[in-house]
Amino acid sequence: MPGHLVPRSTRVSTLTMQIRSRSRSLADNPQLLGLLLTLPALIAILAVVLIPIFSSFLLSLQQKDLSRPQYDAFIGFKNYLTLLRDSRYLNSLWVTFRFSLTSVILEVILGVSIALVLNQRFVGRGFVRGLMILPWAMPSIVNAAMWKWIYNADYGALNALLTQLHLIDSYRVWLADPTWATILIILANVWKETPFTVILVLAALQAIPEDLYEAARVDGASAWRSFWHITLPLISPVLMVAAMLQFIWGFQTFELVYVTTGGGPFSTTELTTLRIYATTFRSLRFGYGAAMAYLTSLVILIPAVFYVRSAYRRVVEM
Amino acid sequence: MRASLKHLMPRLLLYILVVIIVVWTIAPYLWLIISSFSSKLDLLTVPLRWIPSRPTLENYRSLFFEYGGESVNVRLFIKSLTNSVIISLSTMGIATILGVLAAYAIARLRFRGNQGMILTMMSIQLIPPIILVIPLYMIMRQAKLLDTHLGLIIVDLSIALPLVIWLMRSYFASIPSELEDAARIDGCTYLDALFRIVLPLSGPGLVSVMIFAFIASWNEYLYAFIYTNINAKTLPVLIGEFSTKLGLEYLKIAAAGVLASLPPVFLALIFQRFIIRGLTAGAIK
Repeated sequence: MPGHLVPRSTRVSTLTMQIRSRSRSLADNPQLLGLLLTLPALIAILAVVLIPIFSSFLLSLQQKDLSRPQYDAFIGFKNYLTLLRDSRYLNSLWVTFRFSLTSVILEVILGVSIALVLNQRFVGRGFVRGLMILPWAMPSIVNAAMWKWIYNADYGALNALLTQLHLIDSYRVWLADPTWATILIILANVWKETPFTVILVLAALQAIPEDLYEAARVDGASAWRSFWHITLPLISPVLMVAAMLQFIWGFQTFELVYVTTGGGPFSTTELTTLRIYATTFRSLRFGYGAAMAYLTSLVILIPAVFYVRSAYRRVVEM
Repeated sequence: MRASLKHLMPRLLLYILVVIIVVWTIAPYLWLIISSFSSKLDLLTVPLRWIPSRPTLENYRSLFFEYGGESVNVRLFIKSLTNSVIISLSTMGIATILGVLAAYAIARLRFRGNQGMILTMMSIQLIPPIILVIPLYMIMRQAKLLDTHLGLIIVDLSIALPLVIWLMRSYFASIPSELEDAARIDGCTYLDALFRIVLPLSGPGLVSVMIFAFIASWNEYLYAFIYTNINAKTLPVLIGEFSTKLGLEYLKIAAAGVLASLPPVFLALIFQRFIIRGLTAGAIK
């Protein structure tokens, strides 16, 4: 606590020094200065996050259709009750859940596998590790456009590759098939998001002391056993955080699906974000859209709170 | 002989796995790059020719020199590129200045509300933008900020600012406070300590938060997609439009995609040490 280290007696009480000390006291008073330094950021966050969240909730309690303003009214929780019977919304919720969960499972398995390989010694290791950052840094809209181009039915690389390998006889319209569309958007998402898990797991792997493995080897443990009993327990906290974050991000995915399938075929890839967008900005039902956004966020809030609590505990410990 | 074979097999397996990982990571992007230098003729042949017979810059040239559509008499690509640069750099600058001050206060000053700030910053990063998008639209419409640079910069701060504060806080916390304590005994104020001692030691942290803020704003799609139209349309929105509207302009999209991904990809590759430290700071510490 640096504030306690300054002896109060150093303040000299001549007149000039008093004036000086008053202007200094602002820069020296932790309470005042703390608030002052955080104030601009706080105002910005208040304006773009906290106020909108609150007004969004109020909006969700209203009937507010921009196309039919004469029916605008406060209707309490009616929007939410309607939502629970809105089959298209419930479908989108299920689609999103399936998309996020499958993505996370694949990202964890692939992420850990890749990290384990990249943690070995081999020529060019630094370069290959550096490559991991490429999908992460790419704009997600470019990722979406790129995979759409690869999946293209007439000229896409996927069709070309599979026919040249003789795995399929003729070109297919991949994204027109409900099952394939679901699988392929998950694949596109996993390609972009896995490196995040790799980077986190690699950092965790490097923090494991080599002696642990040494000791296990002396005891005659196989590589498989040391993975289950040493590696996995030690990387699991990091893995939990990565999985949680990516599950939450899965619920926020928009452009990938908007560009590749537009939610089709037959709403099989329609994520809630697309449904909210269509309801609000296409049908102009702002109240109903806000309720939809709120209800969906509640679903994500459960893992989010879990994450914040565990992360917060670590911060406070520091 | 047998021993060396036994030793060789795992090495071989390792290198095979590394090659698979490398191919999986770069193949899709490499295909985007190759496509952007190809002519339609090459890509429309069946079986597909993977390496263009006659590489061309035509796709890039048309991006920069062709005017957009019948109705809009502007060079759409150059306009969006300029918008993206202005908005990302401004967001980066503002988020860094406000964020560094707040992060220092949170990391070093014991004031009432300190813990609350940490919790707020963490929670905000998890708030789905889709819940903010609707009310912010109404606020911005009322404030006449739709389709303006300023509007999008303010909105992008909701992403960049918590990120900067969160990362800088953990960076400041990693700098030992002894130097500052000594300076404070010599009569330095907290602010003097920040500007003369802490910031000069924080170069790597500053670089990393600036890159994070820049990339977050540069790559942002949803807000830009909904809040901008002509004036402030960013590059990601333009690419989205290309790929949802245009018919057979894949090669142009590929070229635009390559150009749009160059700044974040290059920054991330050059400063990967900082980026990796930043990514892991939130999760591991």
